Amino acid sequence: MSKQLQFKLVLLGESAVGKSSLVLRFVKDQFDDYRESTIGAAFLTQTVALDDGTTVKFEIWDTAGQERYKSLAPMYYRNANCAVVVYDITQSSSLDKARNWIRELQRQADPSIIIALCGNKSDLAARRQVTQEEAQKYAEEEGLMWAETSAKSGDGVADIFTAIAKKLPTTAQPAARAGAARAGAATGRAGVDLNKQNAATSNDPCNC
Amino acid sequence: MDEEYDVVVLGTGLTECILSGLLSVEGKKVLHMDRNDYYGGDSASLNLTQLYRKFRPGQEPPAELGRDRDYAVDLVPKFIIASGELTKILVHTDVTRYLEFKQIAGSFVYRDGKISKVPSTEMEAVRSPLMGIFEKRRAKKFFEFLQGWKDEDPATHQGIDLDKDSMRSVYEKFGLEPGTQDFIGHAMALYLDDDYIDKPARPSYDRIVLYTSSMARYGKSPYIYPLYGLGELPQSFARLSAIYGGTYMLDKQIDEIITDADGKFVGVRSGEETVKAKQVIGDPSYFGAGKEGGKLRVVEEGKVIRAICILKHPIPGTEDSDSVQIIIPQNQVNRRNDIYIAMVSSTHNVCAKDVYVAIVSTIVETDRPEQEIAPGLQLLGPIYDKFVTVSPLYTPTADGKSDNIFVTRSYDATSHFETVVEDVQDVWKRVIGADLVLKKRDNVEVEQ
Ligand SMILES: Nc1nc2c(ncn2[C@@H]2O[C@H](COP(=O)(O)OP(=O)(O)O)[C@@H](O)[C@H]2O)c(=O)[nH]1
Ligand SMILES: [Mg+2]
Repeated sequence: MSKQLQFKLVLLGESAVGKSSLVLRFVKDQFDDYRESTIGAAFLTQTVALDDGTTVKFEIWDTAGQERYKSLAPMYYRNANCAVVVYDITQSSSLDKARNWIRELQRQADPSIIIALCGNKSDLAARRQVTQEEAQKYAEEEGLMWAETSAKSGDGVADIFTAIAKKLPTTAQPAARAGAARAGAATGRAGVDLNKQNAATSNDPCNC
Repeated sequence: MDEEYDVVVLGTGLTECILSGLLSVEGKKVLHMDRNDYYGGDSASLNLTQLYRKFRPGQEPPAELGRDRDYAVDLVPKFIIASGELTKILVHTDVTRYLEFKQIAGSFVYRDGKISKVPSTEMEAVRSPLMGIFEKRRAKKFFEFLQGWKDEDPATHQGIDLDKDSMRSVYEKFGLEPGTQDFIGHAMALYLDDDYIDKPARPSYDRIVLYTSSMARYGKSPYIYPLYGLGELPQSFARLSAIYGGTYMLDKQIDEIITDADGKFVGVRSGEETVKAKQVIGDPSYFGAGKEGGKLRVVEEGKVIRAICILKHPIPGTEDSDSVQIIIPQNQVNRRNDIYIAMVSSTHNVCAKDVYVAIVSTIVETDRPEQEIAPGLQLLGPIYDKFVTVSPLYTPTADGKSDNIFVTRSYDATSHFETVVEDVQDVWKRVIGADLVLKKRDNVEVEQ
């Protein structure tokens, strides 16, 4: 019997490094040079099948552009099981921003969060400002996964998500949020579902 | 910042964030700014560092309170009433997908020096010490009357006209004792004072129905609460706004509201930058509240005192509930306004394990507000730490129709968000020129 596990995955990183493009490549295998903004792609899901028959369903949260002026809400990365922190290999400053995000996650997120550092735009290697060695060394020091990707060519994109899927715990069901609960995962929490009308109907509203 | 927007929104409190989200969904181009580097304004939830920075500048939070990130301490004590308007907005906009809710475990009311549970089941009602056996029978008749009421069927009216007869006359018709009247008016209709008694009974009827239907919805109390604190609510609506193209800027000083020669809104200035927009919406703190000089766009309508109390134990007499509301009706303590206690705990992911956060609040009546909440503080047992604020309640001086400047109201002393939604609806109507109609959100966030 194969099992399906669901996890919340968030994208972080400076504006324009290619976060939304990575999601679009991973989920729809598309790329668009002239995509204007993130509208319409802020919450997607994609499943990854592992060799042992387990399927991992990612509930993927994109930033909706709120990273642009330092305005990403903590709610965004709260309860994330995994984070893909993206930099642009042609912009060394974007790796500094990625470092800040990783520090923030280490401070605020669940300690068990899996973080992948992702150097995007590898198709533009001619304009490279961040060496593989530098990024890899940092990732090793911090215990992060690391890879280079190109949302444009597709290189490395599926691989990094699959690698994350393999690292996620396959035993315990993660405590994902309402979205996951609605998708049918048993969260085992005594929450209330606002979308369900009259959870406890009583014939007699008189309580006295 | 060079672009021109339809609406600039100032402050990321819940009122502003709901408006921002709804306006973006409506297709308006929105720029949303806040002077703080966090979301929520006056309706934020703070972690320990932020809490101590705000109330005890220079002092580190005590290590024994635990990890900073376990805390989300609300500044304003409110719960969501399950069958209310905020719930409708949450569901219609689908922001429920960002949030998880839990019940508030119990509602209590203070009478003659001790607290009793507001019954949530018939079993509890039968056992409740709040009424004697004969009074229970009379109360049952009263509730059956309310439950059976149909506007179009005079046979259900028992000679009462809800729109004309006062609530007092309704109480008298059913022979309800003053203590029961207090209970109904304050613990169920959630009136803060007794002014309602001599007014037509209709609003009281509506409020009791809201309470009982909310109680019936999930069972333990009429309230629900978002995990990680109320501050999650503005953040969720901000995300909604951003997904629909809204631009967010936190940590942005607002230096000037620019108007033309006729006083009409032109734009806002932040440092050297100016951004133009057709309309501006913002909380009172961006429009001169609490400051001298400048154009006065808000007036103070009163004050609320709120004491955030950190406890190391549940509130005595509440059956060790992990979360409660306690109402101290004004008559019980010789006041004009009720005292409220709202408590949440680690069950709601707002503090470390074995810590409880209670907020005691009331509308200020004297020049010694802290003494006024003493009856509430006394119910809490030993208080580990206490952070007190006295906040003026501001209300706008103009409706914005002539100058395109729309100011929201401060968060009041009521225990839920229904007046916040009223403000949202009211501002919406003035900004858009039509009533707010909630549309089911398209599935922009594609599920595959
Ligand atoms: N050459 C190249 N361009 C990319 C790649 N990924 C994204 N882009 C471009 O970079 C810009 C910003 O991408 P976007 O996904 O919106 O970045 P975000 O702000 O991080 O979400 C867009 O013009 C994309 O077309 C990539 O792998 N290679
Ligand atoms: Mg993007």
